[in-house]
Amino acid sequence: MSITSDSPNGPSTRRNSSKELPDVGNPAADKIFSGISLSAGILILVVLAAVAIFLVAQALPVFSANAEELTAGSFLKYIWPLTIGTLIASAIALLIATPVGIGVALYISHYAPRRFAKTIGYIIDLLAAIPSVIFGAWGAAVLAPKIVPFYDWLAAYFGWLPIFVGPASQTGKTILTAGIVLGIMILPIITSMCREIFIQTPKLQEEAALGLGATRWEMVKMTVFPFARTGIVSSVMLALGRALGETMAVTLVLASGPLNASLIQSGNQTFASEIALNFPEAYGLRMSELIAAGLVLFVITLIVNVIARMITSRYKEFSGAN
Amino acid sequence: MSSAAVTSSRFTSGQAPKWLTPAVGLAAIILGAALSALIGFSVATWALFAGLIFVIAGPILIGIIEGRRKGSDAFARFLVYGTFLIALIPLVSVLWTVLSKGIPGLSGNLLTTSMNGVTGVVDNKTAAGDQPILGGIYHAIIGTLEITALATIISVPIGLLTAIYLVEYATGGPLSRAITFFVDVMTGIPSIVAGLFAASFFAFATGSPSTRTGFVAAVALSVLMVPTVVRNAEEMLRIVPNELREASYALGVRKWRTIMKVVIPTAISGIASGVTLAIARVIGETAPILVTAGFVNSINFNAFSGWMATLPTYIYYQIMTPTSPTSPQVSETRAWAAALILILIVMLLNLTARAIAKAFAPKTGR
Amino acid sequence: MKTKAFAGAGSLALIGMLALSACGSDNATGTSTGDKASDSNISGSLKGIGASSQKAAIDAWEAGFTSSNSKATVNYSPDGSGAGRKALLAGGAQFAGSDAHLSSDEYEQSKEKCGPEGAIDIPVYISPIAIAYNLPGVDSLNLDGETIAKIFKGDIKKWNDDAIKKQNDGVDLPDTNITVVHRSDDSGTTENFTEYLAKASNGAWDKEADGNWPSDYAGESNKGTSGVVSTTTSTEGAITYADASAVGDLGKVKVKSGEEYVELSPEAAAKTVEVSEKVGGMHANDMSLDINRTPEEAGAYPVVLVSYHIVCSQYDNQETVDLVKAYENYVISEDGQKTAADSAHSAPLTDTLREDAKKAIDAVKVAG
Repeated sequence: MSITSDSPNGPSTRRNSSKELPDVGNPAADKIFSGISLSAGILILVVLAAVAIFLVAQALPVFSANAEELTAGSFLKYIWPLTIGTLIASAIALLIATPVGIGVALYISHYAPRRFAKTIGYIIDLLAAIPSVIFGAWGAAVLAPKIVPFYDWLAAYFGWLPIFVGPASQTGKTILTAGIVLGIMILPIITSMCREIFIQTPKLQEEAALGLGATRWEMVKMTVFPFARTGIVSSVMLALGRALGETMAVTLVLASGPLNASLIQSGNQTFASEIALNFPEAYGLRMSELIAAGLVLFVITLIVNVIARMITSRYKEFSGAN
Repeated sequence: MSSAAVTSSRFTSGQAPKWLTPAVGLAAIILGAALSALIGFSVATWALFAGLIFVIAGPILIGIIEGRRKGSDAFARFLVYGTFLIALIPLVSVLWTVLSKGIPGLSGNLLTTSMNGVTGVVDNKTAAGDQPILGGIYHAIIGTLEITALATIISVPIGLLTAIYLVEYATGGPLSRAITFFVDVMTGIPSIVAGLFAASFFAFATGSPSTRTGFVAAVALSVLMVPTVVRNAEEMLRIVPNELREASYALGVRKWRTIMKVVIPTAISGIASGVTLAIARVIGETAPILVTAGFVNSINFNAFSGWMATLPTYIYYQIMTPTSPTSPQVSETRAWAAALILILIVMLLNLTARAIAKAFAPKTGR
Repeated sequence: MKTKAFAGAGSLALIGMLALSACGSDNATGTSTGDKASDSNISGSLKGIGASSQKAAIDAWEAGFTSSNSKATVNYSPDGSGAGRKALLAGGAQFAGSDAHLSSDEYEQSKEKCGPEGAIDIPVYISPIAIAYNLPGVDSLNLDGETIAKIFKGDIKKWNDDAIKKQNDGVDLPDTNITVVHRSDDSGTTENFTEYLAKASNGAWDKEADGNWPSDYAGESNKGTSGVVSTTTSTEGAITYADASAVGDLGKVKVKSGEEYVELSPEAAAKTVEVSEKVGGMHANDMSLDINRTPEEAGAYPVVLVSYHIVCSQYDNQETVDLVKAYENYVISEDGQKTAADSAHSAPLTDTLREDAKKAIDAVKVAG
């Protein structure tokens, strides 16, 4: 803190006297540069305030409307199934993508042969960049039909669990499929960020651990994970943010319907998908209702992010800059 | 090692023989097949059981021979390799699907013409085999490139500067905390809301409710892109070791120059892949583009006037409302080919980002 | 070296862009542009926003209209009916495509931007909705409104149910479960279908007409016309409702209307529209229709969707008025309707409807 907060006063007068010294920069530029970065931050605040005002103003009519004019009788009744559906889909996605994503990142950074790792790293980056509409189309056209026998099997052997109650959907377009597609979609995000952070683990620490006779796994546990903990949480949260708000992948994969505890039957719905499906034909109060639903999604994402921030700030001492 | 021939028995004793891992693998494959045959054979259950047996039995055997620590090391290693293989399957499948469905639709026509004048009648003729697939995605490629480029030009400087402020200048005061917090809030804006916001903002600003241009779409996408850029760049700047900054200050280099010449170059490869991620998030957006840029069938080069189409909106509408409802397969072929082109564009962007990163990054030990 | 690499990448991208922009063409079908003899003096750019159901027809009209009016451009964004009406009322589009006519509230609002006489609804796109089923071996199926309602409610669960058997003598109905497939998105097709069920099922359908499928009556859902059709095609025993043009090889139910079972055809659909009453209470030439779901006339197929173009009765300048008139006149002309029918398999307007529509279009004028 003490080092970064007060800027060093470079000996600018000596610039010409010795060619050995580095180009230290213009002192006035310091103020300008910090000013520009500060205004960029403030601009974000202004834009967000504008978005918030817009959202609230558009959503307001819902709360003063007559109950019978609303889609489900009351706004809470409308929001509740969407909240559950969104959380279920995102939870499935995270359960799948977090361990696998971290594993793949670790493989690339510490296990794979170096030449191979570069290629794999590139492919993962590329996958992170595939638009979600393509993942959605793949989920609907390829994954959903192929996964039906697996659902039948789940229904037959694990049907006693309420989440796997049969008969399984014969189209495979269920919330579980949507969760899996979301998981596959956010996997490259987690991997890409984690790898970038794992690589930055101080080499000396790693070598010290290995030199003391640690196995590779012990080295990873002792040096890589503590160093990367904030980064891992941050990448998972970024991925969760994308999963929560994902529209096209869910819209194309899920045969939406009312709330359904069984993950292998059709039913359930997420916020983003509900908005995208109904928005084109929405008008008047219905439009306000959808925007209010967007507002709720906004708040949920906000809560997730606050929790993430709390976790990251607790481990701040591991961060390099502060 | 050669000089230690006498003591080599001490080093190699209790070391699992080299053939152990492949042997366990083979056994796992056979056992897995047997087990999955019990409950109804399928390739998926076979792979599942074989993988499980391998990951559990291998480390246990190694653990027995080499000790507990080596056993858990092997377990972790197998798990890491396993996750990698598991991850590869769906991702390869996605790529394969797009390639196999997209390549038949690729043609000179597709890349160089728009959909202007292509109607259901034209597609019906194509379906009957009278002519090749007519109509293309040229207008959508132009739209995608221009809108995404504009959005990147708007959001990368804002996002990067904000991240620099947060990491290098902020002193933990209320302002920096507010920015951090509200950037997080921004990541939760549903994309359609960003689109609506941009549309009504421009309607308000220009006084005309019909303002739909590529630029409005770029602004909507920037709202979605900025938080991703900030979050990612912040993370990457934070892991730049303080020793580097201190070394630079010790040489008398001013702060802004330290940031430009030391901090950013060190983090540039992470920032570049973060920007690619951010672009990826927005380049596939459909809904916000529709309410901000409209949809057209003909070419429009000017992002500041007139409606534009992009590849995602093109794909979406070719699938959802085929040009000819009676022979939708023609539209579907075009849609998958467009999806392939979209991925290729993203890949090119990615390569460019890497080239930039490489050009600026300092040499490191890795 | 760094700058070199950077410059290299930059120039490569630039060259790529130039190469791309050099070879693009708006002439996708390879038609010659030399034939300008019949070209008109209509110019300007017309913007429409609205229903995606009309998209295929609009593409055809756009191509047909601009081929003889090369100085004019028509753009249509298929955002949805609601978005289209909203845009028209706010002055954001010159015409709206909508699966529903303006409500009386909306008509009152339209007076603000569309002149004192408000906006005019013109039916331009009549699309029969097929009730399509996937039962191999069953080529023909007769159903009345009540049975259809019970099937879609889930009260009738098997294809060999007595209620179905009674109406289909000599048809070998299998003992297959019925899978109901419905739209997951808000749509005009669902609204028109549920309106038909509500009015023609003797009370068996106890919900009001709605663009959203009632969540109490669950089935398999899918997005869009193409979505429900593909699910139905891949599921034996499935039944769905969809625009007739898109159902492909699926069987189409003959729907009981009056005393007979009517097979789906463009003529039968147009007949229903012709015998429907106008809503009234709006612009004098307004053609909003209250579709008759239980027509007495022989050979009328009652499950139809009528999609409108909504135009203002007044525009600010002569150029726009000429453009709107020329375009809408083309749309309702025999030529325009035939183009749409070839392209989107819609039902062409009958001559009576066309005459009324012509009057409505003639009523469009310049403000002041």
